[in-house]
Amino acid sequence: MAQESNENVIDQPEVLKPRMVTIDIAGKKYEVPEGITVIKAMWYAGQEVVRGVGCLGGFCGACATYYRTKDDPKVRTCLACQTAVQDGMSFTMMPPFPARKALYDIQKLQDPKQDLFNLYPEAPLCRNCNACTEACPQKIDVREGVWKAVFGDFQSVSEMFMDCVMCGMCTPVCIADIAPNLVALYVSRAQGAHFTEKPAGLDQRIKEITDGRFNDEWKKILAMNEKELADHCATVK
Amino acid sequence: MDIHALQQIVHQTRDARRKQTIAKFSPADRDQLIHKYHPDWRASAYRPIRFGPNEGDKTVVELATLLEGDSSLDGSADLTPHHTTDVLVIGGGGAGCAAALHAHGAGAKVILATKLRLGDSNSVMAQGGMQISVAPEDSPVTHFIDTLKGGHMQNDHDLLKVMVEEGPSIAKWLIELGVLFDRQADGNLHVKKGGGSSKPRLLTCSDYTGLEIMRVLKDEVINQKIQLLEFCAAVELLSDNDGRCTGAILKDLDNQQHVVVAAKSVILATGGIGRLHIQGFPTSNHYGATGDGLCLSYRMGAKLDHIDTFQYHPSGAVYPEQLIGALVTEGIRSEGGQLVNAKGERFVNELDTRDVVSSSIIRECEEGRGIRTMSGRVGVWLDTPLLDAEHGPGTVEKHFPAMMLQFERFGIDISKDPVLIYPTLHYQNGGVKIDTNSETNVKNLFVAGEASGGLHGRNRLMGNSLLDLMVFGKRSGLTAASRTGSVTQGKLTLKHLERFRTEAKKHGNVSGVISPMILPAYTRKVG
Repeated sequence: MAQESNENVIDQPEVLKPRMVTIDIAGKKYEVPEGITVIKAMWYAGQEVVRGVGCLGGFCGACATYYRTKDDPKVRTCLACQTAVQDGMSFTMMPPFPARKALYDIQKLQDPKQDLFNLYPEAPLCRNCNACTEACPQKIDVREGVWKAVFGDFQSVSEMFMDCVMCGMCTPVCIADIAPNLVALYVSRAQGAHFTEKPAGLDQRIKEITDGRFNDEWKKILAMNEKELADHCATVK
Repeated sequence: MDIHALQQIVHQTRDARRKQTIAKFSPADRDQLIHKYHPDWRASAYRPIRFGPNEGDKTVVELATLLEGDSSLDGSADLTPHHTTDVLVIGGGGAGCAAALHAHGAGAKVILATKLRLGDSNSVMAQGGMQISVAPEDSPVTHFIDTLKGGHMQNDHDLLKVMVEEGPSIAKWLIELGVLFDRQADGNLHVKKGGGSSKPRLLTCSDYTGLEIMRVLKDEVINQKIQLLEFCAAVELLSDNDGRCTGAILKDLDNQQHVVVAAKSVILATGGIGRLHIQGFPTSNHYGATGDGLCLSYRMGAKLDHIDTFQYHPSGAVYPEQLIGALVTEGIRSEGGQLVNAKGERFVNELDTRDVVSSSIIRECEEGRGIRTMSGRVGVWLDTPLLDAEHGPGTVEKHFPAMMLQFERFGIDISKDPVLIYPTLHYQNGGVKIDTNSETNVKNLFVAGEASGGLHGRNRLMGNSLLDLMVFGKRSGLTAASRTGSVTQGKLTLKHLERFRTEAKKHGNVSGVISPMILPAYTRKVG
């Protein structure tokens, strides 16, 4: 059963002797164990968190948070479920930001690259301050993406923003009132729906199914008793 | 010992392991392994459900207690509706969005209620991909057979046939909405091979498949102006005098007020149970995965299927502490990542089904060939640098950007060092029993996605969940929408709750909990 020796045990000083650190949550000081995530620190401090927690896996963007480390004037951004607390850290969660999302029917767009300027007329007004890029917890070059969108390089935008979790932290910092994540979402969808080759093999497969190409095989399989089916399954490797 | 010193054995044995092939288990060996090590077979974790549609069936204690739990409502609740709609969708993940979009597209008035934000779900985290038989050498029939084998032959054949046959049209729908699946050079969909599958069948959007699909579906729900009730958790369903479902009572989590919704049909797309931490397991699931839909529909009289079986994803992170339970995508193993014990040995074919791989990892750890952490956890190595060694430098970074970033935040470069993993509670294999229209035995009550049961048998095959969500989300949405003309809005009563409470009383009201749970209690009691 379980090993008694210390042979295969990873050193984790933070577990052996949890060190308490002082942090500041939305302006109040709390003592919490060093190294736990920002979300866990809030729970540890006794706070109920409803808004601000989602997948807890770094994918949904619900826990967008502003933080600052000790003695550093720079306010940074993070996903609270993915960031460890450290001594002297201050943080507060980003409230929902009322960015404007354009409404569109993606399939009915006639000229998606031109439509960008009707849907998001502010997109070309970027003043190159780079605050959006600095605000991105996913390390996307957001500013570059906005320019590429404006210049019609939708493919690059869709590739650059594949990591985007839609936390929206690029939006409140924009001095031109652009919501870069929403612009990129539109661009990526347009890229997929209008500028990506339709996969011929997929249509072929759909036609085969509609035409009943697999019907005989289905008939055979669905008529099998339990044992026959198990034997048949064993032959598929 | 220093973690880097412990990792050396993985680096040292890499070249020797590369040439080695490990056969998959024979069916007999596989069953023996699973019965001995899989958590589903730990009898002490289970008990029979005392009453209700599944009286006498065994499930894990945590779930049985919730199913028998009482409603938060008292009998005198005001049932005057705040909203009236054709279709009420409860849940804002993949199945909920698909259901809402299809019902709306078919002309129904739809309300989508979700207890967190639209899209906060497990779907958004799905990294491995979506199984759809698009490759020329593949077929829906082969997809059916693979899934059946993975599910220990216990899958509902009708549900499964529907899913595999509708897969390709789902891919087409998503592409038309702008989902960017990975492509081959010739423009066809790129397919990867997943664990337990005989053919490459996984459609992917790098390792962001779920995120990409959900970004698009969420955007589409908003574009279609479907009415949203966010931060509104369902606390009880409503029924008419004949026991048909007629709506739901939600609780607005911002102001604690009840919101009564009258609906001709209700679609529960409430997801799974990871946050119940059954058997003390960490989980890969999102914050709201507390099995609410199971409790709500059980009280209405809906029968559950395969409710004793859960999926423990083989590779949950064990180190660092901050990532415990977080998923290390199966894609790493699909591309050749090997599992290695403390002695530097492989011990299972990494592409065997999830239950087999998980059981093998538990066996290694229980027999003393695991690596322990100081917080009392144990795990085995997943050799991630092998991918760069095998397919060229930069492979891990290019194919698994999400994974790289997640570990990089804690100073770990998974392209250079292996990661420590142990099974994590990942998926509820069973759920509310449904027919091929996604309807339960309660009229006008539909369940779609992880909350439903039967399709996956006793073990879901990797990549089948995203497809399940889309296919049965669609079917529930379309069927519910098709009833708007023929169904008249029924009375809003809590008769089912009276019946349930009478039953509970007969059995001594022993549960002692209020269900659904809504959110796990992680807040530390201070002072």
